[in-house]
Amino acid sequence: MNAPSTLRGPELVCPAGTPAGLRTAVDAGAHSIYCGYADETNARNFPGLNFDRTEMREGIAYAHERGAKALVALNTFVRAGAMDIWKRGVDDAVAAGADALILADIALIAYARQAHPKQRLHLSVQAAAATPEAIAFYRDRFSIARVVLPRVLTVEEIARLTAHAAPCETEVFVFGGLCVMAEGRCMLSSYATGKSPNMTGVCSPPSHVAYRDEEDALVASVGGFTVERFSKDEPAGYPTLCKGRFLADGTVSHLFEDPVSLNAIELLPRLAGVGVTAFKIEGRQRGRAYVAAVVQAFRRAVDTMAAGRKIDVAELRALTEGQRDTTGAYKKAWR
Amino acid sequence: MMVMRGYLPPLLAKAASVLPLLPLELAARRLLANAMAARPSFARRLGEYSGRTFAVDPADCPFVFLITPDEGRTAVHMARNLSGAAYDARISAPLLVLLGMIDGTYDGDALFFSRDLMIEGDTGAVLALRNAIENAELDPSSVLGLPKSVCGPFNRATEVFFDDLRRMLDAPEPSGPNRKAYPA
Repeated sequence: MNAPSTLRGPELVCPAGTPAGLRTAVDAGAHSIYCGYADETNARNFPGLNFDRTEMREGIAYAHERGAKALVALNTFVRAGAMDIWKRGVDDAVAAGADALILADIALIAYARQAHPKQRLHLSVQAAAATPEAIAFYRDRFSIARVVLPRVLTVEEIARLTAHAAPCETEVFVFGGLCVMAEGRCMLSSYATGKSPNMTGVCSPPSHVAYRDEEDALVASVGGFTVERFSKDEPAGYPTLCKGRFLADGTVSHLFEDPVSLNAIELLPRLAGVGVTAFKIEGRQRGRAYVAAVVQAFRRAVDTMAAGRKIDVAELRALTEGQRDTTGAYKKAWR
Repeated sequence: MMVMRGYLPPLLAKAASVLPLLPLELAARRLLANAMAARPSFARRLGEYSGRTFAVDPADCPFVFLITPDEGRTAVHMARNLSGAAYDARISAPLLVLLGMIDGTYDGDALFFSRDLMIEGDTGAVLALRNAIENAELDPSSVLGLPKSVCGPFNRATEVFFDDLRRMLDAPEPSGPNRKAYPA
């Protein structure tokens, strides 16, 4: 239990939304993949995604045969009266050979620790553990081996948290969709649709998303709320309330900033330098073409860094359409 | 203004408009039956969206496919246009781009974000279909029902052909990540 990573450099944790996506990520050089069951137990409960029990066993075996680890996300909060669904998920993932479970619900964590004392457990970003005290509680009470940090921290904050968290490892997001909220505590999707990533595993559930063409724009709405108008000369996006563009006091603007992709490639050496163990790539819902391109590029970057050479930042930046990306909160006080 | 890329030459599209639909429909049924036979879990992955009707609309062609994937039996119909047709969701892009989504050349999200693909109707159904296609890992030989002995060389030759065609028609580059993504 809780054996630290044995890799020479940081671990690259890559998305696997489907069995085919898992194979793509592993073949592209993922050190670890993360995935979940096709139900409300995982925070990427989108239609057509995820794994049934057989696919999970086969997927984990595929990863292991090629030297990669498999992390199974059961990172939603348990619905009252339905604990058995989540417990069964934990038991099945352990039986399937998961190298770690990624959990958020404190009662589920307690169950997993009690029922499977030797199982490695990671704390999901959904648990929103962003203080030394919170991380210490999970580490000391449940032997949590790694905590996935929220995307709203600066590098300096990550450094302090990582120092306090030891021997618990830290994992940070380095690429992909950028959640600008305190994950696990955001109620915007619930407010608009009655469903949320926290309970049902979907932020802006596609069943509540609609696009309509108007004369000069593509209009996107969530739960009947119009949150974005894409003019004909700009890229479209998936509508979420937090990333919408709104008119207030005569000015149209995003709530936080233009929702470009997170790309922390230039910060990898600093993040590794402050002791971060694992770099996570977001995107279980993206296609194999995306997964292959991003994982290959990041694996090259991590290997280059481990060899003591300088990372080619431009190569990865070229992967983002229009060369537009952001280092998110890592380089600024965002809140 | 952002416009869809990879249109077939207008002359070719015009020539296609004089073709009778029935042979095209029969061919489409055969190809889809091959694909479903090669990937029997496809319809199951659609979950609650199995049995929905998708209008697959090649923006550069004078016809539309109406496809209803279902476990056991998948229906395919063709029409000149969608007037009067009942469907749950419409997916529109140039034919070459739609084909590139089937074999994983393109990332559907990236195409949508760059406005090379348009969707309408039930967004959940579209996502389910996209994810099922992604997981199916279809290739030209499985869609054509070719014997295994020729699959490798045939797929490689087809890849080269489509790469050249994409370049010639200025189709989108095979995908990398895009600047806007799903909720994180």
